[in-house]
Formats: sequence, structure tokens, C-alpha cells
Amino acid sequence: MLEARGVHFAYRGGPEVLTDVSFPVVAGRGLGLVGESGAGKSTLVRLLLGLARPTAGQVLLDGEGLRGRERALRRAVQPVFQDPYSSLDPRQRVDRIVAEPLRSLGLLTSRDRRAESARRVAEALRWVGLPEEAASRYPHEFSGGQRQRIAIARAVVCGPRVLLADEPVSALDVVTKVSLIDLLAELRHSRGLTVVMVSHDLTVVASLCEETVVLEKGRVVERGATAAVLGAPGHPHTRRLVAGVPRLPGPPAQRTAEPPDSG
Amino acid sequence: MRVRSPALAAGCALVAVIVAMALLTFFWTPYDPADTTGGRLEPPGAGHLLGTDRLGRDLLTQLMLGARVAVVASLGAVAVGGPLGPAVGVLAGLAARWLDDALAVVLDILLAFPTLLLAMLVVAAKQTSLAAAITAIGLAVSAVVARLTRVLVKRVLAQDYITAARTSGTSWPRIVTGHVLPNIWPTLAVNLALQAGLAALAEASLSYLGLGAPPPNASWGRMLKEAEATVLTSPVAVLAPGALLAMLVIGANLIAQGIREQADPTLRRSR
Amino acid sequence: MTLLDVRDLCVRAPDGRSLVSGLSFSMERGDRLGLIGESGAGKTLAALAVIGLLPRGMSASGSVLLDGEQVLGAPGRRLDRLRGRAAAVVFQEPLTALDPLKRVGALVAEPLRRRRRLRGRALRGAVLDALSEVRLPGPERLARAFPYELSGGQRQRVAIAMALACEPALLIADEPTAALDTTVQAEMLALLDGLVRSSGMGLLLIGHDLGVVAGVADGLLVLHEGRAVERGTAAEIVHAPAHPRTREVVAAARRLHGALDGLAR
Repeated sequence: MLEARGVHFAYRGGPEVLTDVSFPVVAGRGLGLVGESGAGKSTLVRLLLGLARPTAGQVLLDGEGLRGRERALRRAVQPVFQDPYSSLDPRQRVDRIVAEPLRSLGLLTSRDRRAESARRVAEALRWVGLPEEAASRYPHEFSGGQRQRIAIARAVVCGPRVLLADEPVSALDVVTKVSLIDLLAELRHSRGLTVVMVSHDLTVVASLCEETVVLEKGRVVERGATAAVLGAPGHPHTRRLVAGVPRLPGPPAQRTAEPPDSG
Repeated sequence: MRVRSPALAAGCALVAVIVAMALLTFFWTPYDPADTTGGRLEPPGAGHLLGTDRLGRDLLTQLMLGARVAVVASLGAVAVGGPLGPAVGVLAGLAARWLDDALAVVLDILLAFPTLLLAMLVVAAKQTSLAAAITAIGLAVSAVVARLTRVLVKRVLAQDYITAARTSGTSWPRIVTGHVLPNIWPTLAVNLALQAGLAALAEASLSYLGLGAPPPNASWGRMLKEAEATVLTSPVAVLAPGALLAMLVIGANLIAQGIREQADPTLRRSR
Repeated sequence: MTLLDVRDLCVRAPDGRSLVSGLSFSMERGDRLGLIGESGAGKTLAALAVIGLLPRGMSASGSVLLDGEQVLGAPGRRLDRLRGRAAAVVFQEPLTALDPLKRVGALVAEPLRRRRRLRGRALRGAVLDALSEVRLPGPERLARAFPYELSGGQRQRVAIAMALACEPALLIADEPTAALDTTVQAEMLALLDGLVRSSGMGLLLIGHDLGVVAGVADGLLVLHEGRAVERGTAAEIVHAPAHPRTREVVAAARRLHGALDGLAR
């Protein structure tokens, strides 16, 4: 559906931040892009959203390049960003925020656009589990998790096929994080969305994505089914990433085997 | 919108007094401005509420006429700087690197000149007139506002909601009118209100130096200058224009503060 | 003597809202206590109150005895002496915590000079020792670098070196790894663990990630909306949480970790 093919990218006058990155996004198979800071994840997101052009290689939508197909790309791929405080215009009410793709992509076709917009915004808010009266409020009246739901509503309101989520739950505490992962999982089924998730948090990717691409310093070092890549990592960098995830302590019974200093 | 900010109310009240005084002069003044029949440097009394100046003109009349010039200078400077400053600033904020750099240098050069020096240059190039003074002050205001706008625009453009707007297919002009301007205008309005007060002050300074509105316009700056020599014998002639000038500047500052309080939706409940 | 004794600590915002209320706990030398809770739960404020560094306008009541001295209401000069000697802090974002205009060597030298009164060659030697203690490679070269030239992990190591240079009895670490990559985080936690173990100082570790905090701390104190809702050993809390909020947090963390661990089978 969406594909990176031999993508290279360098900022002007800078070193290459992405080198020969290739991977397909297959409809219905959630894809996790994992890597540490500096791996090139954010740049890759900009390329996949068509906000920057690869210096070499191509990003393909349905097998064709993006040049001149901006509208098709916008309708097919919508983003959700990491920081729920920066991704919503603080001076617009939620209904206007959520309706922006509808207005800008010219998707309101009926005679009474205002009513159609209101109806579709209410629908989108319902999908993400927010009450209808949220529409008339400002973003600052919501918590981080709720704001992220608003951002998701804006992304899904125009019925895209791919949701490109850039660290969508990293700024949230663990309980909210899990509830948003549940929401994304539900939207995948109910809305037929394919989620592409950029994250440094392997537990989140493991929860939501069937496929995983591991990036290190702008290169793909490992790629395949999540169960294989994160379950039995082949590349040393992936192994380091998996080993670095903090583990919960074992049950108290096991700890009695250690020297009795844990009190 | 309901006025809930005491600062805004107080500022409007102060400025309203001065504006009312200026408007009143079109219909009525206590004496004819050119009337010199009063005694020279008379103290305040029943005939002349605030006394007379050293030419025997009624001080209150002069003050009221001075309010006209002060208000016109304030509004004029904002009329020039209000559209010009943000326009240049938005352009610089959105422009390609080289244009942004070029504009930034021009603005920095303009800002490096003190407002007064800039005004003196403009006035020297044309000739002393109220219009020249306002043009000069307006240019200085534009440079200040443009530079502020440029920084604000860049800050807004870095926000994710701009990226989200772009991926929603929103065009650049609509991003500017729909997202950028609404998010920067409160700060700009605050700054413009401040600049309006400072413009009145700048006009007074120019008049004090003899570069402002030429006679027969009455200006608080020139009144100060003329009353300087006799400050000990008739202090009212110095204090009165000074007090009104302070009132206007403080009023503008309070309005600026009030705008800031009212415009911030985080301080406002939505219903 | 008890290292830290907090009794009925309350912190109020300037507008009178209660941000931390009725918080009590105590630590002995060598204890490792984790303070855990979601953002806004009052963790950081509690820690700042402990060393008398609350933001202006916030008021604290109750009692905080740090190394036997009352912190709340103590005059600034007494607090200055107490900080560093009794307690040192490592913050979340090392870039803002380090003076950007000073070289790493100078940053680390400052507490050494003040606290251990070292000068000249002895000072230089101590700086290099401090940098190698936090396992920074090539301390000589690093001492000449500016903070912006270092990676996030290296900066946090420098911050830890500065804190340890004071030889504090208590190290307070506020989300010390939240800004770091996972692999760097793991190294940093191992380092912190080793340093605290070898020096015998107390560690008050603040965080929102149960896995991170429970991995290093022995005891946990769970904060929710400014109150301590549960306390116990890390293992107890992870395996038998009692308070509904703790149960929610543990269940959520278990699900995330379960998803990853489930792949390995």
C-alpha cells in the first residue's frame, strides 16, 4: 500500500540521515518502526507524509510515486504526533480541529456543509470514545490522553487507510498508554486502518504491530514479523534494544533465593 | 465579548478621557487657541482653569488641542505599523532562508537606529509636519512589530498542529489565516497597544525637539519645551501635559495587559 | 540517625490547591526508595520539598528532617550547607541541569572544591576520578568538553558525577532516565545501582515507569493525586497490589511487558 523503496535522505549540507531504507506497509498488518534517538525515525515520518522528498529512492503509494499525488496521499495517510500539547491548535475548538481535513480536502459534499461537518465530527469523536459535547470545547480543557484521542479523531475523520503514529503514547502514563493502544487496536478492526507506529518503546510495538522494522543510524538492520524480530532478535542492535527494556521484578517468592537484604 | 479584565477597563477609561478631550476640540474649546487676551503666565483661576502660558494663551485649550495630536500620532503610527509590521514579519517567517536572512538584516538595521534619529532623518528629508513625524514613528513601530512577528511565526510553524494542518491538505494561505495569525495576534495586539503609547511619547519628544507637528498645532511636547523656562513660577504648564502624556502611555499599557488577559483561551472557560 | 524523615508533608499551590497532602515516609542510610506515580501525582514536588527547593509561591507544611535537620522553614544558608552534604539531586533533563557555558571539568570541580576543599593538582585528579567513577570514557578529553558536545547519556553521567562529588548521604534522582534511549537507560540504571550499593548512600528514585523504578528500588511508595496510596517492597507491589489505582498501573504495565515477553516464547 505504502512503501519506502531505497530511500536515502540528507538535510541540505548535512550527512545522510537515512541510507537505503526499504520496507512495504501491507494493508491490515500493523508496522512498527523502532530505533533509538538519531536513528532517523522522525525524518522517515516526514518522508512518508510527503513533507520532504527523499534525496534518492522513492516513497510509493499504491505502487506509484508521490509527485503530484498529494491529495491522494493525504486521503490515504494521516498522522498522529507524539506531543498531545503541540498537535492541537490551542485557539480552535475541537470541532474545528477535527473537521480540518474534511474542509481542506474538500470532502464535504452535501448542500449543508456545516451540518455534514458536525455530523462527521460527532461520529469521529464517538469512534475515539469522546463525548459529543467535547466538540465545543478547547484543547486545554482536556488531559493528555484525551487530547491524543482528539488528534486520532482528526486523523480518522476523513477515512484514511493508514494511520501514521509517531510515538503516539510516549508522553502518557502507563494506564492511559494502554487505553490508547486498545483504542488503536479497535480502530484497526472497526475502521479497517493499517497502523504504522514509530516508537522507541518495544512493549508498545509488540502490543500493536505484526511487522517490525529496526532502524539504526539511518539503516534498516532488521525487518520482519514482530514475533521473529523482537521475539528472537538476530541483529546485535535489536538484541541490545530488547535487553534494555526494564523488566518487572519477579514474585516475592523468587527473591528469597537471593541474600536476604531486600527488606 | 464581556469585559472581565479590570486592567482593560481602566486602560480604556484613561484613554477614553484623552480621546474625548481630543474630539471635544472639534466642537468646543474654552478659548480660541490663538486668543492671547489673557495675562501672561496667569496662575489657575476662575477665568483660566489651568492658567495661561507665556503668550497669554489658555493652557486648558492648548492641552485639549495637544490631545488631538497625541491621539492622531498614536493611531497613525499603529495604522502604519499595524499592517506593515505583521506583513513583513509573516513574510520573513514563511520565506526561503535567503529572503528571511535579508529581511532580518534590514529589520536589524532599522532597529539599530533610535526611533528619534530615524524620525529626525525622515523629517529632515521631507520637512517638519505631523505626517512626516507619524510616518517616521510608524516605520520604527513596523520594524519592532515585524521582528516580533517573525519570531512568533517561526515558533508557531514549529508546532505539530501546523504539520497536522499540512497533512490535512490545508494550503499555506489558509494555514496563515487559520492557524498562524489567530495564534500570534494576541501577542501582536499587546505589542501594538504598547507601541501606540510609545508613539505618543515619541511624537512628544519630536515636538520637544522642534521636529514634530509645527505650530499652529498644539503639542504636549512643545508645551513642555515652552514651559520649561518658567517651571518654577508656573509649574502647572509643565505638570499638566506631562500628566496627560503619562495617562495616555499608562492607559495603552493597561489596555495591552487587558488584551493579553482576555485573548488567552486557557484563561477562558468555553461556556 | 534516620537519614530522611518526612511527616505529614503538604504542598500547596499559590492558589491554595493542595498538590501533595499528608505524605509521610522515612529512609535509613543505604535504603533505596522508589516514589512512583503518574505525571501530576506530586512526585517531583515532594522531592523538591525534601531539599527545600520548592518553586516560588508554593508552600509546604508538616516536617522534613534531613539528616536530623528540619528543612521546612530553614533559612537559605542552612539549606545550602545541607544540600550537597546531606542530599544531592539528579534531574530528568541533563541539558538544562548543566551550565552550558562551563566545561565538564569545571562543572565537576565546583562541588569538589566547595565540599572537599581540594585545590590544584589534587582537584584535577579528583575530577578525573569522579568522571571515571561514572564510567565516562576518556575522562581527560571529556573534562575539556562543553555539555552540548556530549550525548544525553554522557550528560546524565556528568550530572551524576557532580551529585556524587558532594559525597551526599542521600541521592535524589528525579526521572533520571526518562529522556534517554532504552539501551542507555539500562546502562544508567545499572550504574546508579552499582554506585549506590558501593557507597552505601540512600537513593530516592522518582519515576513513572514501574519497570524502571521497581528494578532499582527495594521499597516503593505509590503516589496518586498527591497522596501516598500504597507502600511496600517492589516485589509485593508488583505482585499483590492492594489499592485500586496501583492495581490499574500494575495491570497496564504487565500487559505491555507481557506483549513483549509473549513474543519470546
